[in-house]
Amino acid sequence: MPRSANPPRVFEILGAMNPARKRTIRLVVALSVAVLLASALIYTSFNADSPALTPSELLREAQPGRSYQLTGTVVLGSVRHEDGVLHFDVADRATGAAAVPVAYTGTVPDPFREGREIIVTVQKDGTGYTGEPNSLITKCPSKYTVAPPSEKQNA
Amino acid sequence: MALLGHACLVLALIVCAYGIAVSIYGARSDRAELSLAGRRSVYALAALLTVGMLVLEVAFAGSDFAFNAVADTSSRTTPLFYRLAALWSSQEGSLLLWAWLLSLWSSLALFLTRRRLREVASYAQAILLGFGGFFVSLMVFYADPFATTSPVPSEGDGLDPLLRFPTMMIHPPMLYSGYTLCTIPFAFAAGALLAKRRFGPHPPGAANRRSASAGGRDPIPQIDGEWIAVVRRFAIASWLLLGTGILLGASWSFSELGWGGYWAWDAVENASLLPWLTGTAFLHSLMIQERRGMLKVWNVSLALATGTLAIMGTFLVRSGILDSIHAFGGATLGVPFLVLIALMLAGSIYLVVSRRALLASAHRLDSLLSREAFFLFNNLVLVGLAFVIFWGTWFPKISEALTGQDASVGVPWFDRYTVPLALILVLLSGIGPVIAWRRATPRGVLANLAIPVAAGLLTLTVLLAAGVTKSPTALIMFCCAAFVLGSVAQELWRGSRVRARASGQPPPLALFGLIARNRRRYGGYIVHVGMAALFVGVAASSSFQHVTQLLSFSPGQSARVGAYTVRYVRPTAALTPHDDPTHTGSTLNIGAVLRVTKNGRYVTTLRPSEDFYESLEESQGSVGHLIGGQAVSNVGIDASLTRDLWSAIQPEIDTPRLKRIIKVGNETIPFSRPDEGLFAIDFFAHEYLQHPPPAQFRLEDSPLIMWIWIGGLIVFAGGLLVLSPSPAALRRRFTRPVSLELARELKYRELGELELDYGTGKLSRADYEATKAALRAEALEILDRLEPLLESPTGSPTGQDGPGSPASDRPKPLPGLLQQQDGVPDEQQGEEDGPAVEVALHQ
Repeated sequence: MPRSANPPRVFEILGAMNPARKRTIRLVVALSVAVLLASALIYTSFNADSPALTPSELLREAQPGRSYQLTGTVVLGSVRHEDGVLHFDVADRATGAAAVPVAYTGTVPDPFREGREIIVTVQKDGTGYTGEPNSLITKCPSKYTVAPPSEKQNA
Repeated sequence: MALLGHACLVLALIVCAYGIAVSIYGARSDRAELSLAGRRSVYALAALLTVGMLVLEVAFAGSDFAFNAVADTSSRTTPLFYRLAALWSSQEGSLLLWAWLLSLWSSLALFLTRRRLREVASYAQAILLGFGGFFVSLMVFYADPFATTSPVPSEGDGLDPLLRFPTMMIHPPMLYSGYTLCTIPFAFAAGALLAKRRFGPHPPGAANRRSASAGGRDPIPQIDGEWIAVVRRFAIASWLLLGTGILLGASWSFSELGWGGYWAWDAVENASLLPWLTGTAFLHSLMIQERRGMLKVWNVSLALATGTLAIMGTFLVRSGILDSIHAFGGATLGVPFLVLIALMLAGSIYLVVSRRALLASAHRLDSLLSREAFFLFNNLVLVGLAFVIFWGTWFPKISEALTGQDASVGVPWFDRYTVPLALILVLLSGIGPVIAWRRATPRGVLANLAIPVAAGLLTLTVLLAAGVTKSPTALIMFCCAAFVLGSVAQELWRGSRVRARASGQPPPLALFGLIARNRRRYGGYIVHVGMAALFVGVAASSSFQHVTQLLSFSPGQSARVGAYTVRYVRPTAALTPHDDPTHTGSTLNIGAVLRVTKNGRYVTTLRPSEDFYESLEESQGSVGHLIGGQAVSNVGIDASLTRDLWSAIQPEIDTPRLKRIIKVGNETIPFSRPDEGLFAIDFFAHEYLQHPPPAQFRLEDSPLIMWIWIGGLIVFAGGLLVLSPSPAALRRRFTRPVSLELARELKYRELGELELDYGTGKLSRADYEATKAALRAEALEILDRLEPLLESPTGSPTGQDGPGSPASDRPKPLPGLLQQQDGVPDEQQGEEDGPAVEVALHQ
C-alpha cells in the first residue's frame, strides 16, 4: 500500500524504537485490551444476572421489576390452565413450605408435572408472579439416578 | 456375572497402578522393556473394561434386574435397542463407558506411537492410566456398575422416555469419545514436558553440532515433528468426534424435545463446547509451531487446557453442581473430580512454568500481515469465546462465592458476546486462506480479497433488495458466509489452475489432484465452508423464525405460522403398536393431523403426537398407571433446504369424560389384568377421538435450519479428509531420524505451498524469492543432517532399509535429491508437497 509522505509522529517514534521495546509495548497494549474486555464482560454479567432464589427467599425479598430465577417443586394439585395461561404454585424443595403462585405462558417441557423440580424465571406482579415466556425448565428426575425417594415411597 | 464384572474392575485398578509404576520407572531409567510393559497395561486395561462392558450389556439385554443399574434404568417394556443404550443413562454405566472409551483410544494412540517418542509415550501412558485408574476407582469405591440387590426386583424403572430416541445410541459415545480423546494430547503434552524434551527446531548451529556427533544415544534431542504428528492427529480426532457429538445433541434436542430449539446455553451444552473451542484454537496454532517453531508455550497450554476442560465437562455432568436441563442427582462424585481437576491444573501450570526454557520460540512473527498473525488472532478470538462461555457457565458459582448470592446470566448475555465473536471468527476463516505464510504483501492481499469481498457485497445487495432487513447481525453473517465461500472457491479455482498448468492435467482432474495431494490445506478449507453454512443456518433460524403458540386449538380450526396456514384436520389416538419399528415402549399415542397450506396451496401434512408411558406408581390405579408416567413429544417436522416446519402437541387428557373412564377402570379392573387395563385405555383413546378436547400446539417456521446439519456434515467430511492418513505417513519407516524425515516432508510442503501462494498471486516476487531462499536453506540443512544418519548403520537399523524404501536410496546433497525427485513418481514424494515442488527445488 502506498505510504503517505508524512507519516504521523507516532509511527516515527515506533519506527525508531528497538524491536524488543516495540514487542513489549505491543504486549502491554494487547494485555490491557484483554483486561478491559474481560472487565466489561465481568461487569455486565453481574448486571444482567437474575438471582436464583427458593420460593421462601423470593417471598421475602422480591422487588417488582427485577427478574429472579425461581427453583423449587410444583405443588401437588396446583396446576391449572386458564385462558391459555398455565398457573401453578412452586414450593421449597426441601420443606415444601412457601407456595409462590406463578402465571406462565410459553413452552412447557415434556416432563413438567406436579411434584417435579423446576426452574423458571419470574417477575413480581402485584401479589402473584409472572413467568418469563419459555423460561420454564424441568429437571428430569431419572436421567442419571434412581427415581427420587418421594416417588419410590409412593410406589 | 456381577462377580466377573467386579473382578474386571479390581483387576483393572491393579493393572492401572502397575502400569503407572512401570511406565514412570521405565521412562526415568530409560528401560524400554518397562515402557513396553506399561503400554501393555493399557491394552490390558482396554481388554478388562471391554469384558466389563460386555457383562453389563448382557445384563441389560437380558433384563437382569439383580443389577441395580439395570433395574434403575431399564425394564422389560423397554425395547432391546434402548435397553442396550440404557447402559450409559445410569451414572455408573456412563463412568464405565468413559473409562472403556478412554482405554480404547489410549490403546490406539499408544499402538500408533509404539516406535516413536519412547520416553514421552512412557509418561503419557502413565498419565492416561492415571485417568483410567481414576475412573475405575470411582466405580470401585463410589458408583459400582455391577452392584446387585436381593431379592431381585421383578421389573425395572425403565429408560427415561425422553432418552428413547435413536440418537441415544450414538450421541453419548460420540461425546465421550471426544472427551476421552482430548486427554491424549494432554497426556502427550505433559509427557513431553516431564521428559524435558525440547520442543521444536533448535537454533540451526547447535542442532548441527549435536547431530554431527551422531553416534550418541539420541541424535535428535527434540520432538518437534514427531510430537506434533502424534498430537495433531488425536487433537483432530477429538475435535471431530466432540463436534459431531455436540451437533447430534443439538439435532436431538430440535427433533425430539417439544421446545423447538437446538441450543439453550445450558451448562452441560457449554461444558462440551469449551474443549471444542480450545481444541479448535490448538489445531490452528499447532500449524504455526509446526512450520515456524513459534508459540510453543501457548500450544502446550492449549493442549493441557483442552484436556482439563474435557475432564471439567465430565465433572459438571457427573456432579450436578450447576442447574441444567440435563439434571442429575447425587453430588457424590464432586469431590474426587475436584481433586483431579486441581491436580491437572496445578500440574499443568507447574510443568509449563518450570519447562519454559524448553519452549522458547525459534522464530518471531515476520509480519503482522501473514497467515501466522491471522491464526494468532483467530486463537485469541476462540479463547476469548471460550472464556465468555466459561464465565457464563460458572457464573452461578462465581457469584455465590463473591456475593453470597447464587445467580445466573441468561441467554441474552451469552448472545451479546458470542454473536459478535462468531461473526469475527467466520470472517477470519475467509481471510486466513488468502494470506500467505510468513509475509504477505498488502497488494497481494487486496487482490486476493477482491473476489470474496465482492461475493459478500453482492450477497448484501441481493438480500437488501429482497427486503431482508429485519436482523442486521444475521445480514452480516450471511455476507461473511458468502465471503468465506468466495475465498475458498477462489483458492480452489486458482490452485487447480496452477496445478493444471504445471502438470498439464485437465482442470477437473487437477482440482481433484490438488485436494487429494493437499488434504490438510483443502480439508481445512472445506471445514471452513461447513462452519459458514452452519452459522448461516444458526443466524437464519434464530433471526427469522416464526413461532405460533396455540393454547386451545380444536379440530377444524386454522392458525397461521409465518406465511403458512395450519389447519387442525383431525385428532389421532391409538394404543402404541408394539410391532411398530420405531416403537419406544409407550402405551398410548395421542396426536393430530395438521394440514399446511401456503396461499391456498397444499404444502404438507404434519403429524405431531405425544407418547404416554406407563408409570410404576400404583397409587395411580390399575388403569391410570398405564399412561400415568412421563409424556414425551413426537415432533412433526417437514424439513426442506429452505425451511423446517415444526410442530408439537400437548393434548389435554384431563377432561371430566376421560377422567371418568380412568376412574371407573381403576375401580373395576385389578392390577393383575393389564390386558383389561389396556382395553380400558383403548376405550379411552376412542373416547378422545369421539370428543376431542382442544389441545395445545407449538408451531414453528424455521428458515434454513437444515443448513446447520448440512454444514455439520461438510465439516465432518472436511475433518475426515484432514485426518485421512497420507500416503507418505503410511510409507514412513519409524527409524530414528523420523523427526528429520517429518521435517523434510514439511519443508517440501512449505515449498509447494509457497509456489502455490506465488502462483495464486498472494506474494510479491521479492518476498517469494526471499522466502524461497530461506526455505531452501532450511531444507538443505535438514538434508545435511539427515544424510549421515541414513548412511551410518547405527542410524538405520537393519531391516528398516530394504531396497526401494524411501530411506535407503535417499540422495545426499540437494542437487542429487533434485534429480532423484524428478525420477520418482508423484505419489512417492511427501504427501503435501504441492504441485510444484520439483520446480521449486530446481531453481
